[in-house]
Amino acid sequence: MVTELVLDQVSVRFALPGATVAAVSDVSLRLRPGQCLALVGESGCGKTVLASALLGFLPGNAQVSGSATLSDEHGPTLDLLTATDRQLATTVRGRRIGLVPQSPASHLTPVRTARAQLEEVVRALRPTEANPRERADSVAARAGLTPQDLDHYPHELSGGMAQRVATALALVGEPWLLIADEPTTGLDRHLVDGLLDEFRRLVADGHAVLLITHDLAAAQRVADRIAVMYAGQLIEIGPPDSVLDDPGHPYTRGLGRSLPDRGFTPVPGMPPLLTDLPPGCSFAPRCDHVAPDCARRPVLTTDTEHAVACHRPC
Amino acid sequence: MPPPVLTGLRADAVVAGYDPRRPVINHVDLTVPAGRTTGLAGPSGSGKSTLARVLALLHKPFAGSVHLDDEPVTGFRHRTPHAQRVRVGVLFQQPRLSVDPRMTLRAAIGEPLLATRAPDVAERVDELADLVMLTSDLLTRRAHEVSDGQLQRACLARTLALDPGYLICDEMTTMLDASTTAALVGLIRDYQARTGAGVLAISHDTVLLDHWADHTVRLTSGGVLDASSAPTTTT
Repeated sequence: MVTELVLDQVSVRFALPGATVAAVSDVSLRLRPGQCLALVGESGCGKTVLASALLGFLPGNAQVSGSATLSDEHGPTLDLLTATDRQLATTVRGRRIGLVPQSPASHLTPVRTARAQLEEVVRALRPTEANPRERADSVAARAGLTPQDLDHYPHELSGGMAQRVATALALVGEPWLLIADEPTTGLDRHLVDGLLDEFRRLVADGHAVLLITHDLAAAQRVADRIAVMYAGQLIEIGPPDSVLDDPGHPYTRGLGRSLPDRGFTPVPGMPPLLTDLPPGCSFAPRCDHVAPDCARRPVLTTDTEHAVACHRPC
Repeated sequence: MPPPVLTGLRADAVVAGYDPRRPVINHVDLTVPAGRTTGLAGPSGSGKSTLARVLALLHKPFAGSVHLDDEPVTGFRHRTPHAQRVRVGVLFQQPRLSVDPRMTLRAAIGEPLLATRAPDVAERVDELADLVMLTSDLLTRRAHEVSDGQLQRACLARTLALDPGYLICDEMTTMLDASTTAALVGLIRDYQARTGAGVLAISHDTVLLDHWADHTVRLTSGGVLDASSAPTTTT
């Protein structure tokens, strides 16, 4: 059996009184072991909503369409978007897909040590484990922690250490796919580099990593492919060097030029309201070479390794 | 009252922290000159934010002094004299923690104007929102209804409401994407060009500081300024 996660035309809408928020529109992706895919884009572009949809963490007013098919040897092939919460809780979360959450320090229980929390996860996910303490130590070592580090309370851990504890928690159930949501935010550059090296090691071990980030430098350093999201849509995907150094979409080009060492010029204008997306290309109002074709919504070309959703690629 | 002449925000031999036996920063001298951007770099825990809080007049140092335009600062936090309090603006890392969740963006931006009994608050808020490129539909929303980038723009508008002579930006862009970072830095540079304000830009991102600041100093992990990075006198 092929181990993979295939997203096909995934859309997420939120129903609000008097409005519908189009948070994610028609995203198609494929993830396999040994790959690291970085999902980048401005804050509010739908990256985290997409991750929440895969794990069944969306609020009650969300309407989901499309499919996200998870197939591996650890369980039956499952559409994550239609699976029940019980199925997700008992067979998927932590077991087939691990989540490294945004701001890990605030996801740890402040009144218990890292070890107590890690051993609890070992007991929950591996009830047959004879020695949870040893297991916790070995998982922690893979995340770059010593057994002594685990005896600290969350407030005694630095941001980098808390991040490693969160990674260890996600690794306990040996999921082949890890989703890391903005794991590098607020970390010093050398800690970011260390964390990215750890992700790279996990990928070399046969894991797949979906890295959600707004840090383009981090994405370029670690990912095999970069997917750029804008206003809930995937607008460009390809190898990092080709996407960032030779972008096809004007938005990707603008994002690259806003980096301090590449011009430091912001993309003009503001992202569109997700309650009121333009009918054609959603970037057209901010684009400097807009053409009549742009009144039609461009589709992501799928035949090449470097795909772009634009009628007039640069 | 004529506006004071901007001569700089200066810390002399400042020792500060949260426990007098273990100060976080030790004998730090740092001047934020008017009209220029001073970068402050250093690893986590080196005391960057503590120094920022001292210079923002929000934290009383154990020893040393702070001068604002050559006037000694005699009180910190609530004891700061009003005339000095309104001269220094500050922007924090997490806009979500810096805005009252019950307030609309319009109310949040107008708060410093109300507190200082400024006239024409509604018009000034419109001007400020325009300045930071927040559209009018966003002003009626509360913090949880806008993105981090939009909220940080509102925080910048709120900080600029009182026309501060000095602006302390403590990891202002850490939560933001590259485009929003570039946009906010551009707005601060415009303000600086117009008013001659001095800016202290604090970040762990040295690439950002290399391109934003006129010069950058480093705090080492012992809470002392790295001598090799001391500012030069060239202008």
